[in-house]
Amino acid sequence: MSKDHVESARESDAPLTAAVHQRDVAKEVAEDRGWGEAALVGRTVTINRPRAHLYAFWRDFRNLAAFMENVESVTPGDGQTSHWVVKAPAGQTVEWDAVITEDVADALIAWESVDGADIKTAGRIEFRDGPPGRGTEVTATIVYDPPGGDLGKLIAKLFQKEPKIQARRELRRFKQLMETGEVSTSDAPDAAPRG
Amino acid sequence: MRALTWHGKHDVRMDTVPDPQIVNPRDAIIKITSTAICGSDLHLYDSYIPSMHRGDILGHEFMGEVVEIGPKSTLQKGQRVVVPFVIACGQCFFCGKQQFSACDNSNPAEKADLGEVAYGYAMSGLFGYSHMTGGYAGGQAEYVRVPYSDVGPIVIPDGLEDDKVLFLSDILPTGWMAAENCDIEPGDTVAVWGCGPVGLFAIQSALLMGAHRVIAIDHYPGRLALAKSMGAEIINYHDVKVREALMEMTGGIGPDACIDAVGMESHGFTIDNVIDAVKTTTKLGTDRAHVLREVLMACRKGGRVSIPGVYGGVGDKIPIGALMQKGLQVKTGQTHVQKYLRPLLEMIGEGKIDTTFLISHRLPLEQAPEGYKMFKEQQNEVTKVVLKPDWGKEAA
Ligand SMILES: NC(=O)c1ccc[n+]([C@@H]2O[C@H](COP(=O)([O-])OP(=O)(O)OC[C@H]3O[C@@H](n4cnc5c(N)ncnc54)[C@H](O)[C@@H]3O)[C@@H](O)[C@H]2O)c1
Ligand SMILES: [Zn+2]
Ligand SMILES: [Zn+2]
Repeated sequence: MSKDHVESARESDAPLTAAVHQRDVAKEVAEDRGWGEAALVGRTVTINRPRAHLYAFWRDFRNLAAFMENVESVTPGDGQTSHWVVKAPAGQTVEWDAVITEDVADALIAWESVDGADIKTAGRIEFRDGPPGRGTEVTATIVYDPPGGDLGKLIAKLFQKEPKIQARRELRRFKQLMETGEVSTSDAPDAAPRG
Repeated sequence: MRALTWHGKHDVRMDTVPDPQIVNPRDAIIKITSTAICGSDLHLYDSYIPSMHRGDILGHEFMGEVVEIGPKSTLQKGQRVVVPFVIACGQCFFCGKQQFSACDNSNPAEKADLGEVAYGYAMSGLFGYSHMTGGYAGGQAEYVRVPYSDVGPIVIPDGLEDDKVLFLSDILPTGWMAAENCDIEPGDTVAVWGCGPVGLFAIQSALLMGAHRVIAIDHYPGRLALAKSMGAEIINYHDVKVREALMEMTGGIGPDACIDAVGMESHGFTIDNVIDAVKTTTKLGTDRAHVLREVLMACRKGGRVSIPGVYGGVGDKIPIGALMQKGLQVKTGQTHVQKYLRPLLEMIGEGKIDTTFLISHRLPLEQAPEGYKMFKEQQNEVTKVVLKPDWGKEAA
């Protein structure tokens, strides 16, 4: 997603993630890239940590699996590339390669799947200083082209369950991990009886 | 382990369930020595709170002994601790402002969506109190997992027995915050609706904070007698009209501050309450706001309204005109328990605050279902039920 689209998508000061016509923005993005169609999700969260700290954590893509529910692993390759393995329904996984398209230290990272990848997706994470003493405002925006065929159905299920909700949850977990050092959970693992 | 679980309206049972485990580095496991049933538990018992699942372990007022710690816990095995019912991380913006019940991190991400839909923003996690507030297992059990154990629990010095400190977990700080939210000034009259545990502790706190008079309102003679013994004047709302009585008792001015320590299950056969009851039982989702309406009408011009009583949904026919025209100030919220633990523990140690008068019944944990029934149906005699997981075990 280019800077142009981010800017043209809104006539207010809210980030693209709050644009009423997200689908139209997504369409522009799709046309721009020669994709069939595109869906767009995004969210903003405030994290009580310095910008540089958050940027550095995210920039090491290996860390993303620690808080992204469906991401099994992200392995950095040489230079700007990375290999993504994501859980799909029914115990399957999907994989693709991505390349970093924009990288401004302590401010933003954008990446995009490489030409010919099974999954067409682009993501962007921006870090801005919040009001004094309140840490960093973090906005994540993801666009993707839901593919056709059986794989497409799997992916659609994966992303479209409730994509906005999913994005919100991933950001909440990122925030929890950065602020508290852990991802909060109330899940109770089965435990052996205490002796 | 054995635990009290929720199965539906007026259906709670003792079940055998898996023991809790350390999940996160800051966790601790507590072996519970005392746990209480709260008026808030009755809202679950009466099925007024959405997002409960069958088998959920209830209980948010508990204390016990540390038996296991995660690598980042600062507690030590063997320590006695009281655990706040509000789960808070200690590191977010809200915790930094000591608004612990607004903690941004303790409600797991997959549970927080619900709260966002209901209230605009998700609230903190709470122990044993529905999935909207995190779905955490509660403490009416033998063991409980306590997240963020490095910042939540307070260590109790030897020599202070359970009955003296257990209520630090909820109702004592709740009564204290309810009174603090009244911004009491010399000469003030504070009116308190509800003489349950929260109301009674609010009365005690208001007097400690220098209220000139406290007027307590309920219809149970037993509970009103307790209020009187603490130094409050009393109104039985079965005998007199509450607003008129308050006006007469305050020389026509009205109470300077009013506390709603009843919440969404107010009793009384006033017409608004009957309509509300019909709506809630037909699942239209409105809270029974009778007391809140009465509070807004009875409070003096420019007065202060404090609402510790729990509401969960939307209110119908709230006299918004009285609120605005009289320029009332309203403060409310789930209690920021962590903020009050130290000062209140100190006052208990110094003998300035007594909490033991409240306990009318002590039962083995195994009798928790009977405890719920008693606390629900015999409010005149049953002011607080404390459950002891260890009792009756030797015999078994
Ligand atoms: N804010 C918090 O963090 C917090 C914490 C604990 C409890 N609470 C809430 O505080 C409220 C009270 O808790 P409790 O443990 O004392 O409950 P409780 O059920 O023991 O007491 C409620 C009392 O209100 C009285 N009452 C009912 N209708 C009334 C009316 N119309 N006028 C005057 N009195 C009336 C009842 O007779 C009863 O004595 C509950 O809503 C509970 O959920 C809030
Ligand atoms: Zn309680
Ligand atoms: Zn917090």
